[in-house]
Amino acid sequence: MKDGVNGVALAVFIFFFLLVTAMGFLASRWRKAENENSLDEWGLGGRSFGTWVTWFLLGGDLYTAYTFVAVPAAIYAAGAAGFFAVPYTILVYPLIFTFLPRLWSVSHKHGYVTTSDFVRGRFGSKGLSLAVAVTGILATMPYIALQLVGIQAVLDVMGVGGGEDTNWFIKDLPLLIAFGVLAAYTYSSGLRAPALIAFVKDTLIYIVIAVAIIYIPIKLGGFDEIFAKAGDAYSQTNPATGAPRGALVPPEAGQWTYATLALGSALALFMYPHSITATLSSRSREVIRRNTTILPLYSLMLGLLALLGFMAIAAGIKVQNGQLAIPQLFETMFPDWFAGVAFAAIGIGALVPAAIMSIAAANLFTRNIYKDFIKPDATPAQETKVSKLVSLLVKVGALAFVLTMDKTVAINFQLLGGIWILQTFPALVGGLFTRWFHRWALLAGWAVGMVYGTAAAYGVASPTQKHFGGSSKEIPGIGEIGYIGLTAFVLNVVVTVVLTFVLKALKAPDGIDETKPEDYTADAGDPGVQVELPPATAGTSH
Amino acid sequence: MTPVRVIIALCLTAPFVAMLWVGSYAKTDPAFIGIPFFYWYQMAWVLISTALTMTAYKLWQRDQRARRGGTR
Repeated sequence: MKDGVNGVALAVFIFFFLLVTAMGFLASRWRKAENENSLDEWGLGGRSFGTWVTWFLLGGDLYTAYTFVAVPAAIYAAGAAGFFAVPYTILVYPLIFTFLPRLWSVSHKHGYVTTSDFVRGRFGSKGLSLAVAVTGILATMPYIALQLVGIQAVLDVMGVGGGEDTNWFIKDLPLLIAFGVLAAYTYSSGLRAPALIAFVKDTLIYIVIAVAIIYIPIKLGGFDEIFAKAGDAYSQTNPATGAPRGALVPPEAGQWTYATLALGSALALFMYPHSITATLSSRSREVIRRNTTILPLYSLMLGLLALLGFMAIAAGIKVQNGQLAIPQLFETMFPDWFAGVAFAAIGIGALVPAAIMSIAAANLFTRNIYKDFIKPDATPAQETKVSKLVSLLVKVGALAFVLTMDKTVAINFQLLGGIWILQTFPALVGGLFTRWFHRWALLAGWAVGMVYGTAAAYGVASPTQKHFGGSSKEIPGIGEIGYIGLTAFVLNVVVTVVLTFVLKALKAPDGIDETKPEDYTADAGDPGVQVELPPATAGTSH
Repeated sequence: MTPVRVIIALCLTAPFVAMLWVGSYAKTDPAFIGIPFFYWYQMAWVLISTALTMTAYKLWQRDQRARRGGTR
């Protein structure tokens, strides 16, 4: 790390930051609606986004700053095992092709804003809906915190994070400013702000990746050289474990882990509230299907980005904290001004998902906790007000989390969040295709999955951590090492199926299903489905 | 299940088979411009699966249109 502040890089960074700040505030005027006081407007951008806006929004949402920092960092640390992010994002799209359009249709027809809205409507169970909402909020909070960790990494490398001995206030001031601004424009513009900023973010990211993937290998003597050096580095014995640091190809024993992580993560991704928020903001069913065919462009970018991890090794980057490997690589290899562009890309890359995540968590709270349990007669205007306030609270919470606790805590929780959110899959995706599952069985399955997943993750030790040392563990009955989330998911499904049989035999009350089969295939323009819902139906259709 | 729907299902399941069978691609050779097989093969699958999803999308659109035309 260079001593002092990198002035040129910082200036470029600040320029882009000011640019997106202005855009964030102006966004509220973009495609302005007549009635701003509805959750559909603030929280879903009026459900009006077309193919390209949705593409940028989803891309900006799913491929977060943390992804950009963490995926190459994992490669830098251990090699092949970190590359599972690529098959993971390959599998996501055929998967969502099958179920997301159904969710869009039924949500549009009934004015659902969150996944929990759907679960409650489908199964007539507030309890199950609450379980889904709480899981969503719990899984999202640490994810927002990690976006901050991403910004921090960039600030550190630019030299504005301060050293360990600086006063905490000065040290954290840049982060506080960035976050204050983010909170302010999310509050005033809602989902329109990240949608507009996503254009800048993705353009910058694509430029940086394109340059990095050509420029850096040329400077380092080509890919042959890079992989030869990386291979050498991985074969060195790690003194902490007594085993090699990593491998260029996953060994036989690591292949189950690799496949289960890819599959489990793919199943989990669209259970996250922020993915659903971005999906429901699209204008039509077609927009979603079309997007599953163009979103993989981001996966390709992610694959190229992952290769930067090898380049960091080949370039001789030595960092204690793996998260700094990529920012440090940029700082070392690029001229200062372009390093600034790259840092801006990561920094803005953190703002977009953080905004969407806080909106999504706020919507969950408002619709499925506030309205269902605290104030059932809330008007759409009140809902919007509560949502805006909660979006602020959620961000302040995440900030407090990052500033007061060790970074590893946020990472541990995010790992747990992935395991947890996967447990809502049977209720949500199961519910989209069949009403066969019993609501109580789904709730029991969810509980079993949550408890098993948490306990199993708690029991994983690593050389540096006693608990939550990783996300994979021996699969009971198979004996291979696999992703805990997926094992918990299988348990969850088994419990759900068995209990459904039992409860049906006992004739347990089934709950009222307010949806009809044709709701799941309805498209914009069909009778009863308006392109834009009038605000009144958004709040009162239940 | 119409033949078109079978093809759609195949297009959508193929990536799962290819990617979850890690043993089929966990090797370094043949390398492509210095990138080991393991890496370029998976990146190639990003493109392959995109083409497959796109095919599924087109077929599905045609299927829907035919279906609607038939019922009206």
